[in-house]
Amino acid sequence: MTMMNTLLGAAAALAVTAGAALAEPGLIIDLGGKFDKSFNESAYTGAQRYISEKGGAYKETELQSEAQREQSMRRMAESGANPVITIGFMNISTLDKIAPDYPEVNFAIIDGVVDQPNVKSVVFEEHQGSFLVGVLAAMASKTGTVSFVGGMDVPLISKFACGYAQGVKAVNPEAQVIVNMIGTTPAAWNDPVKGAELTRAQIAQGSDVIYSAAGGSGVGVLQAAADEGVYSIGVDSNQNYLHPGSVLTSMLKRVDNAVFQIFEEGETDSFTPGIQVMGLANQGVDWALDEYNEELISAEMKATVEATKQKIIEGEIEVHDYSTDGACPAL
Amino acid sequence: MDLNTVLLILDSTLRLATPLLFACLAGLFSERAGVFDIGLEGKMLIAAFFSAAAAALTGNVWLGLMAGCAASMVLSAIHGLASITFRGNQLISGVAINFLATGLTVLIAQDWFAQGGRTPQLEGGARFQPITLPFAEALSGVPVLGPVYGDLLSGHTILVYLGFLAVPATWYVLFRTRFGLRLRAVGENPGAVDTAGVSVTGLRYAAVMICGLLCGFAGSYLSTGLAAGFVKDMSAGRGFIALAALIFAKWRPWSALGACLLFGLLDALGNRFQSIEIAGIALPVQFMQALPYILTVVILAGFVGKAIPPRAGGTPYVKER
Repeated sequence: MTMMNTLLGAAAALAVTAGAALAEPGLIIDLGGKFDKSFNESAYTGAQRYISEKGGAYKETELQSEAQREQSMRRMAESGANPVITIGFMNISTLDKIAPDYPEVNFAIIDGVVDQPNVKSVVFEEHQGSFLVGVLAAMASKTGTVSFVGGMDVPLISKFACGYAQGVKAVNPEAQVIVNMIGTTPAAWNDPVKGAELTRAQIAQGSDVIYSAAGGSGVGVLQAAADEGVYSIGVDSNQNYLHPGSVLTSMLKRVDNAVFQIFEEGETDSFTPGIQVMGLANQGVDWALDEYNEELISAEMKATVEATKQKIIEGEIEVHDYSTDGACPAL
Repeated sequence: MDLNTVLLILDSTLRLATPLLFACLAGLFSERAGVFDIGLEGKMLIAAFFSAAAAALTGNVWLGLMAGCAASMVLSAIHGLASITFRGNQLISGVAINFLATGLTVLIAQDWFAQGGRTPQLEGGARFQPITLPFAEALSGVPVLGPVYGDLLSGHTILVYLGFLAVPATWYVLFRTRFGLRLRAVGENPGAVDTAGVSVTGLRYAAVMICGLLCGFAGSYLSTGLAAGFVKDMSAGRGFIALAALIFAKWRPWSALGACLLFGLLDALGNRFQSIEIAGIALPVQFMQALPYILTVVILAGFVGKAIPPRAGGTPYVKER
């Protein structure tokens, strides 16, 4: 039996190594869906851009339920994909468990830190990007009240909210920032009706700029803001085009750049495990200006936000990161 | 809390209660006829998808509404076939319908629109637009009455008004017509109805088809009235809350209205005040969100007395052994 195990193990190891030699990268799209017009879509866009620029192919799978998480991660690793990218903080515990089982496979996780020798952890400084859109929100607001609609109530989303509130207060210390979360379960990423209802409630409380970090529920937030004639701010992907004239800007989280880069590292065999931080300085996060919102952003707003961006990069302004201590000075 | 805040909360209550109300009345028809239906959620979901899809393709929300109702009625017919004709277990059939709807909607959406299980965003005539009731402008100067009429009652989509009109209509059909009497009888004692020479099967099919139609309105309102397009799993458990409201209302139409408004109000309060401080203690947002469910348990357990379902509910009718 022991002999048999050794043989099987050797065969498996051989198979994995053989796979690694001609590996295609793999991407596991998370719950929320490939076309959430936000976080997951950004990862998908990055993969597509890589394929169209560099050629080749990649493997892709999309989670349909929480229960498939481990299964699809293992299947992706066993199918010979290398590196395997998982996106979202929900993967942390699963990846931590299965990464040691596939030492030959390189894994990457976006939005989470997994301390394993074959895992690259990519984290974004969302608080910095949120600070910038907070500055814009405060300058665009006429009522002095702005708000935030988060998806699931988790520290990552509070990080967005906290950065945003700090940005708002930096421009207008008197401003009021209303923060609401849609729910406490993953269903909160897919409830546009509740998102819209929260948005209406915030507008009723005087808010006239609403920042949404709520995955698929965000479309409901942006829609309600457009219906009520106030400004909204998109997240992750550039969502300015969804409601031109209503979406003030979008907080870009360049998951696509991260995916692109990891694919490239896999191709050129330069994959490095460890933590990689994507911030304002290396275009990991940014604010969006394009033909859909250029009329909403005055020259003064643009100048202020660019100056703020420079100050954050140079360290002159320090944006507090909620996830470091679970508290927010601006809220 | 000033009048304006109260009005806004009540306004939100009406919007949130409407899908519950349609689904609750749908369940009322079906269960009063002796067919338990936990597939309300699935029927709402499939109606939400087909109404958004048809509205997106044709640009006409009324065609969307019809498509949604048709899809929901197809699922109702499947439920009827399984549980009336083939005398299967009604709960299992309902569960199957929920699964079927979850899978089908995303699959078809992906095939038609290739947007990962969504429909395109609906605009203009592809959505139900708010309608202003007559004299809303003229009354706006009148204190209290003006805002109540102009802000609270006026400015909803037509489906909201239809939902509230459906309550007296349901009451009339069930308690003042021959059809309603027979429908209720078939849920209590189908043997007696059969002896009187009335078709049990026919009545039960009629009931589940009405249930499908009303679920169609509920789903359509979600995707074309409240939201602007379909997103996977967008019914988000509202079908089950409607079921709870139905039990809470003891299978009666006017009480159903009250129960749905209560659930809508709690939902609206939870949205408006995500954390409330009462007597110095801050209630966390999770508590506010759980409140409707906690309340259901508490009220059912002690305050409204025993909720007795229709006697023949859940059992298929067998003519002779």
